[in-house]
Amino acid sequence: MASVSAPPVSDTVKPKSKPTAESSSGKSRSTRGSTAEEMASRQRDISVSEFFAKNRHLLGFDNPRKALLTTVKEAVDNSLDACEEAGILPDIAVVIEDLQPDRPATAKSSRYRVTVVDNGPGIVRKQVENIFGRLLYGSKFHRLKMSRGQQGIGISAAGMYGLITTGRPMVIHTKPNLKQPAHHIELAMNTKTNRAEVTVDDETGDFPPARLRSVTPGAKAFANDGVLLNPSDFRTGTSVSIELEGRYQKGRGSVDEFLELTAIANPHARIVFVPPSRSVVDDDDSLPLTRKSGADATNGTTVAAPAIAVTTEANGSIHFPRGVQELPPETKEIQPHPKGIELGILLQMLKDYEATEKGGTLYQFLQDRFCRISPSTASSMCSAIKCTSRTKAADIEPPQAEALFKEFQEAKLPPPPTDCLAPIGVRQLLAGMLKGVRAEFYAASTREADVYRGRPFQIEAAIAFGGDLPADETARVIRFANRVPLLFQQSACSSFKAVTETSWKNYNLSHPRGGLPVGPLVIMIHMASVWVPFTSESKEAIADYDEIRKEMKLALMECGRKLGTYLRKRQKMRREGERRDVFERYIGEIAKAINAINGSDAKKIYDKLLEQARERTAVADHQLDEDGKLVREEEPDIDGVIIVGQPAPSLASPTSADAKRKGTAETPSLF
Amino acid sequence: MAKKTATKADAPSSRSSSRVKARDAETQKKIVGLADDVTKRALTGADPIITVPTRTKSNTLWNAKKGILQMGSAAQERQLFNLSQAKSFMQSMLHASSIKDLIGAEKTLSLRGMFYKGLHTVAGTKEKTFEDQDESDGILEDLEVSLGALREELHIYAKKRGTMVGNITIIDSGDEIDCRRMGSGGYAIPSITEPDVIQFKKCEAKFVLHVEKDTVWGRFNEDRFWEKHNCILTEGSGQPPRGVRRLLRRLNEELGLPIYCLLDCDPWGHYIYSVIKQGSISLAFESERLAIPNAKFIGVRSKDYHECELSDDVQIDLNDTDIKRAKEIAAYPWFEKHKGWQREIEGMLKNGFKMEVESLITKDISYVTEEYVPERLRKKDWLD
Repeated sequence: MASVSAPPVSDTVKPKSKPTAESSSGKSRSTRGSTAEEMASRQRDISVSEFFAKNRHLLGFDNPRKALLTTVKEAVDNSLDACEEAGILPDIAVVIEDLQPDRPATAKSSRYRVTVVDNGPGIVRKQVENIFGRLLYGSKFHRLKMSRGQQGIGISAAGMYGLITTGRPMVIHTKPNLKQPAHHIELAMNTKTNRAEVTVDDETGDFPPARLRSVTPGAKAFANDGVLLNPSDFRTGTSVSIELEGRYQKGRGSVDEFLELTAIANPHARIVFVPPSRSVVDDDDSLPLTRKSGADATNGTTVAAPAIAVTTEANGSIHFPRGVQELPPETKEIQPHPKGIELGILLQMLKDYEATEKGGTLYQFLQDRFCRISPSTASSMCSAIKCTSRTKAADIEPPQAEALFKEFQEAKLPPPPTDCLAPIGVRQLLAGMLKGVRAEFYAASTREADVYRGRPFQIEAAIAFGGDLPADETARVIRFANRVPLLFQQSACSSFKAVTETSWKNYNLSHPRGGLPVGPLVIMIHMASVWVPFTSESKEAIADYDEIRKEMKLALMECGRKLGTYLRKRQKMRREGERRDVFERYIGEIAKAINAINGSDAKKIYDKLLEQARERTAVADHQLDEDGKLVREEEPDIDGVIIVGQPAPSLASPTSADAKRKGTAETPSLF
Repeated sequence: MAKKTATKADAPSSRSSSRVKARDAETQKKIVGLADDVTKRALTGADPIITVPTRTKSNTLWNAKKGILQMGSAAQERQLFNLSQAKSFMQSMLHASSIKDLIGAEKTLSLRGMFYKGLHTVAGTKEKTFEDQDESDGILEDLEVSLGALREELHIYAKKRGTMVGNITIIDSGDEIDCRRMGSGGYAIPSITEPDVIQFKKCEAKFVLHVEKDTVWGRFNEDRFWEKHNCILTEGSGQPPRGVRRLLRRLNEELGLPIYCLLDCDPWGHYIYSVIKQGSISLAFESERLAIPNAKFIGVRSKDYHECELSDDVQIDLNDTDIKRAKEIAAYPWFEKHKGWQREIEGMLKNGFKMEVESLITKDISYVTEEYVPERLRKKDWLD
């Protein structure tokens, strides 16, 4: 959404077309030319809301299927952000209800009600309209802080889309206070004024909404188990319902995939998903990808080993449990780094400073509004542009500002602080991967923070190998930015390039030139940053900055090395095991033969030779138990690796078998 | 067939028994030494090994002075704790133990018999100790060189191969055998033709004609060639086994009979001649008692196609392997400096085809026995 970031505080976007371009239109044909006054009468502000109402594809509402996903995504992102900021372990329920269950089977889309409930801090009453009813209103845009949302467009855009397609207002229940009932508010956005119009505003004791616990058999089953919307887990929180025209369909780019990936990147969150009772079309006909991954790959709802949080399923509803009990560390907000801004921004910052700090000095401005400028750096910069430490910020002329900007570029400054970043962390990455991917080997690595355009960022990578992953397909790449899964435009993404440029052959994997490696492999890449550079407004791919790609490659190489070591070790163990077998097999014969020749004590020779054989093949003992099977080894804190022996049998199999028998859709599966 | 009589049987065996006993005791000592070494290594935690002199081309030396191939001093270690050698190590020990049994029981076994003696299922597995006889044969050859003992000293003999008729009377294990009265089948040359098994009693023959295979031998025998030309007629079924080579060598050495070889005109025939004359790579350690440096190659020669006016039908095209092989043989040190042989091989390559001895039959059934060989002998037209 970088393109709409220009004047961040303003509600409006100036019309872009030049007046002359409009002169040929309609009415004034007789005179051919309109007067400046006539034209002026037609020139007016365009509301941001109007702009996006007409250009909804920019926000990810290009088609009904994606609209449904985007709606869920924006609501879930907001919920996770809110919970984390309040220090609450997120508990999120996503319920999609089909409001036209009787529609003909050929219908391309249907009306759905998406409800997302979280246990976050809730929203104080007076802010509800602003948050849900205005575009470009938010807490996240003005600061450099790592968060999922950036611009403050998402949820209100989803509400707007719902309003446009169904005419129904957004329904919000929010309970910011433990002791007081929840607010119940229904609001519709006025796209002309970019303001919300509240149609219902009262209080209700019904939070979380009890109705949601019985919308489908699956929901009922989970509710009975205390998994879905248990009131004791939702002492505060917010529930948002949006009705919209959409299309529910599994597979790549589906709500299911989004939630699964979200669960992987957010192992501290618990997510329950209740899908509609019926999807738009038969999955098998339209989405070969899904069928493929569903048929020959691991069922995504089960995990490799017991004793780890296990994703479960009941009649199509899915429970992604919490994998770790700690919240990600709280991130600090930082000031911009001098090297990361542009001249225009600097001018604007000077103006803003003057507005808030009447008569503030340049010396003070530099230290207050930027990171990594110490008093001595500030004074040397002041003198470099021929100012003193008492020069007022207001007195800086554009040429001096330009000189200052140049000074920024040339100065030797420490990189921006990195405590503003909260990487997922190796342990959490592994927990997330274990939860979602059924493999035999897992490795993860977190790089040190680095900087692009003055903005700190940090790359993490994880890989899962072997197990039930399909061996003869190209590796699956799953991408995240600030813990949000990126589902589209894979090949435009910097991470994709990083994967194809890494020499997987060095790690005993087959890797066609210029493509993805082939093998039972899932590659996960996460970029954490105070500002993720997306290639487009709909936040689908990370822009290809050299610094970012380099870090991604280094992270992948770290994981790759661990995998290579594992593969070699596995190979060696197998070989040593075979060797020992061979030796042990023959030693008995040899001892007997020697005894027959020179009468030596056969038993003694046998024992001695066996001893030698064991010593020589000691490597085979490293991870072998008495049955000769791999022993599970879990030491993720040491080297970021988990090795699992035989993948555990599908723990969800009874329920998924049940689901199949009843003819309902198969469990969503990504891997 | 000569009948075995008690007196005749006893005489040579008792004569040789003291010598044989001493020899057997020597072999026993070698085998026990081998086992003792492995025992010592096992008990001290050292790597159990058997030293096997290398039987490869690189470890075969050409002794120009003696005109034979000899084995070099290179040896390799056969280790128990080496994946590719563990099984043959075990097999060597099994065979060593079997041989000790044989010597103790004063019995001999064929190579195939040894294969079966050593054959069983490795305890606790489904694996057989020997996959096939070839594996077993190889181990026995290795043991021969490791122990420095010949096959017969290990009480092992190979399958009989090779036939003899001619103006000679021999004693085989005490049985007198008149090789003039062998009918159409001939005397089957045993695997062991050492003096303690075979003694020459009476010999009028003036030379030995050795032919490549029994079909040709049959032709000569039917035509009573050995009678007409007063000679001994042998064949070795391709590359002659040790028994035949040893017998030829003894006829040559002890009775002073020249050996003439009638072999195919192809790289294989040339190779057989080379083996008879200088010894083989795999048995280089036995060349001293097997090679016949003055053996002569009487035919078939590459020039015979024109000289004998053979028809086109006898030509067998040389394939790539043949050409490669011919060039290898031409480069053998004992052929390399031999102008006659260089010309011969060149001639064959130039012809571009091979000829079998049987091709001479296209001229006339008995052309080879009545004209070809007598003519060559008369003209002394041979290669040596």
